[in-house]
Amino acid sequence: MELNIQVILPEIFICAMACFILVLDLYMKPERRAVAYTLTLITLFGAALLYWQDFATGSSVHLNGMFIKDEFSDVVKIAICLLSLLVFVYSRDYIRARDIFHAEYFVLGLFAVLGMMVMSSAGHFLVLYLGLELLSLSLYAMVAFQRDSGVATEAAMKYFVLGALGSAMLLYGMSIIYGLTGTLDINAVRGAVAGQAAPDNVILVLGLVFVLVSLAFKIGAVPFHMWVPDVYHGAPTSSTLFISTAPKLAGFAIIIRLLVGGLEDLHFMWRDMLIVLAVLSILLGNLIAIAQTNFKRMLAYSAISHMGFMLLGILAGTASGYSAGLFYALVYTFMGLGGFGIIVLLSRAGYEADELEDLKGLNKTHPWYAFLILVFMFSMAGVPPTIGFFAKLSVIQAVVDVELTWLAVIAVLFAVIGAFYYLRVIKLVYFDPPPEDSRSIVAAADLRILLSANAVALILLLPAVGLLQQMCTAAIASVVGAF
Amino acid sequence: MFSGLLSWVIWLPIVGGIAVLATGSDERAPLARNISLAVAVLTFVISIPLYTGFDTSTAAMQFEEKSLWVGTFSIYYSLGIDGISMPLIILTTFLTVIVIIAGWEVIKVKTAQYMAAFLIMEGLMVGVFSAIDAVLFYVFWEGMLIPMFLIIGVWGGPNRIYATIKFFLYTLLGSLLMLVALLYLYHQADSFNILDFHALPLDMTAQTLLFIAFFAAFAVKVPMFPVHTWLPDAHVEAPTGGSVILAAIMLKMGGYGFLRFSLPILPDASQELATFVITLSLIAIVYIALVALVQQDMKKLIAYSSISHMGFVTLGFFIFTGQGIEGGMVQMISHGFISGALFLCVGVLYDRVHSREINSYGGVVNTMPVFASFMMLFAMANAGLPGTSGFVGEFLVILAAFKVNIWYAVLAGTTLIFGAAYTLWMYKRVIFGEVANDDVAQLEDVTPREILFLSLLAAMVLIMGLWPYPFLDVMHATVEQLVTQVNTSKL
Repeated sequence: MELNIQVILPEIFICAMACFILVLDLYMKPERRAVAYTLTLITLFGAALLYWQDFATGSSVHLNGMFIKDEFSDVVKIAICLLSLLVFVYSRDYIRARDIFHAEYFVLGLFAVLGMMVMSSAGHFLVLYLGLELLSLSLYAMVAFQRDSGVATEAAMKYFVLGALGSAMLLYGMSIIYGLTGTLDINAVRGAVAGQAAPDNVILVLGLVFVLVSLAFKIGAVPFHMWVPDVYHGAPTSSTLFISTAPKLAGFAIIIRLLVGGLEDLHFMWRDMLIVLAVLSILLGNLIAIAQTNFKRMLAYSAISHMGFMLLGILAGTASGYSAGLFYALVYTFMGLGGFGIIVLLSRAGYEADELEDLKGLNKTHPWYAFLILVFMFSMAGVPPTIGFFAKLSVIQAVVDVELTWLAVIAVLFAVIGAFYYLRVIKLVYFDPPPEDSRSIVAAADLRILLSANAVALILLLPAVGLLQQMCTAAIASVVGAF
Repeated sequence: MFSGLLSWVIWLPIVGGIAVLATGSDERAPLARNISLAVAVLTFVISIPLYTGFDTSTAAMQFEEKSLWVGTFSIYYSLGIDGISMPLIILTTFLTVIVIIAGWEVIKVKTAQYMAAFLIMEGLMVGVFSAIDAVLFYVFWEGMLIPMFLIIGVWGGPNRIYATIKFFLYTLLGSLLMLVALLYLYHQADSFNILDFHALPLDMTAQTLLFIAFFAAFAVKVPMFPVHTWLPDAHVEAPTGGSVILAAIMLKMGGYGFLRFSLPILPDASQELATFVITLSLIAIVYIALVALVQQDMKKLIAYSSISHMGFVTLGFFIFTGQGIEGGMVQMISHGFISGALFLCVGVLYDRVHSREINSYGGVVNTMPVFASFMMLFAMANAGLPGTSGFVGEFLVILAAFKVNIWYAVLAGTTLIFGAAYTLWMYKRVIFGEVANDDVAQLEDVTPREILFLSLLAAMVLIMGLWPYPFLDVMHATVEQLVTQVNTSKL
């Protein structure tokens, strides 16, 4: 019965700071809200530093098996801190212009981050669920934050109802597995499941199905994707930016914790289920994205197809496959950050630049922003020389490695179809004339610089792909090797 | 001689292109032009040692560079050239200079971006020809699509958007299937080195499937009948410089791919499917030549002529003799010069009259005599007149075809008639006769700038036609080895 507080210090720090900001805001005049914003950034940066300090210092399990600290959790948590930090910097002017620049918004963001941290380190079903709910509840509120917006409220409602359904599924699945194994500790479940992993164990299959369905809900894989386009579209873009980045990574983390950490012996079962999810996501995501006229909806469907690609890595069921999935998730979150970041950048007070038409002729008026869009789009399409190509390469490599070449062929065929709608964005930006009344875009210097760095990194990191992949391999090894 | 020469030839134009981009708006267009020309010329100059320092006696890779890139997948930044890739690299660096000069005054909007796109593309194309690592090859191969996509889409003609998206998706589809094939090979060989693929034993089923995947990539690029339909669209809509690079170099990547991947890695499937490929090549040679005959648009006519000529290349390759492959290689290089020159000729007329229709012209010789004589030379070369480069390749391929099957040779030989027919008929309608209209009457003859690039190309066409030995010599050892590889069964 050891109680090692040291190891959860960063989480405690985030939690304490969130509470502190909330209280502090009570005593602040509305025009001093920037303080809350600055403190939030400091919190996230500080947390990243704390994690960095302890980076890759071995795998260990703490708090009676509730909390796992390994290289995987370190990588994911640092990435989540950085992503959330960038999200808040990107969206500062956007939320200010829409009068949602409240301390509560940042506090909710911090709690969401805390939830994601807990998810990434969960060693116990209930801890995992706790983290997931903390994240989800904060996100529902962030989507609904623009109270006077009808679409936002509708999106939040939809998100809440479907999200609650997803959570319920998870709980139900967990309870079935608990019934079979008699434990909620993921590591103990692993041991107990090993003896029962037979295809005719219907109850175990049932439990697995419920768990998988809820995971598919949370990351938005087809056929459990219905909330994604509506929520992405209806939420204020700043919240979309948040939802579409760090939580995807956290979703990946719980998939690894549950499926790889707990139920890896059932790989022969969940592999086929994931194949269905992945194929449908890639297929439907890419096809429906073509029909979209709204940039946010298009990116939402693109996100669905990206989740399909990420699942390809996981379903391979090999260490290199998981690390390909992690690499894909990391790369995708930074691409998605850029994609929605562009919308935030182009938006102004009273004007959402979220229709594809709004991008027309951007190259004539703002060649540099046009170039940023070009990089993000080609990276999402997986065209070299962007890092998005290596993400696709590694997951496809992973499925070819386990002799699922047909799956690889389907994936690349739909990648071509996917390329079409990314190209259409570039077409609007580069080939079409700008509208008559095009106004100049005013963006804060930090937003411009960080977004540019975001885009340029997608190309300039190319020589360092080897290092990044090594990092992912080591991170996954810390999970897989622990058994 | 400094080390890392190939890297210099690849990265100098790319970095130069970024520098040109940085000059920004059109007010500073003269600066952008000057930097571009300087970079292009410098790249050409530093690529010359690749030729002078080339050892013609060996088929091994030369000027090799290798350093680890992605350790987890054993991907290397690995470069090297042999007798097949070296001539194509020199062709690339040479034609980029020409294209920069050709776009000097013509491109008035977004000049910096235009020039930068060509420079960056130059680096990527050289990268394609010199990569020995399959992933590196693929990165360059795909990366090249992006600048071309923009060149056609931004500076192209009225229907440019349809054309450029069609171009991109066609080539992307082929390329991605190739990517799966490369991954499969990696899975088998545990290495991404193309030379390791060459030595890899593969059974017939695997070879056939891989052949189809590679074929999808390369046949689209060449382009072979029936996946050629993107080419006329892309050519017609592309700006002159884009057409030149497209016809002169990008099409060659398909041929290069056959020689680098399909033939040596999959010898048995290649032998098995040779008849299929040869049939498609012959259809391209005969049928597409007939299609060219009825074109009203000069660029479209040259585009179809390109497809027909590229049929010779694939025909030569899939005969699997040294003569055939060398003939195909010479045809590729020569076609690079000739089609480039013809597109530039059309560009010269288009810049003045803004029409590509043959009907808009007639009697151009009366107002542009110097131009008429240049175009005469290139038209004749396109028709395969002895003494021009067009003759050498076609002659070698037909000769090689004779030894295999007389009907191949007879059908291929018809191109000497059809090729002459469509080229010279177009020439006659555009250049000779009475002055057709006021536009033609007001034409001014070629400027010194235009004379410069046309005469550079004319010189190459003649040198290669009269003295092809240096071109054949450099590729001889490599082709010999390739013939051995493709005739050695892996089963």
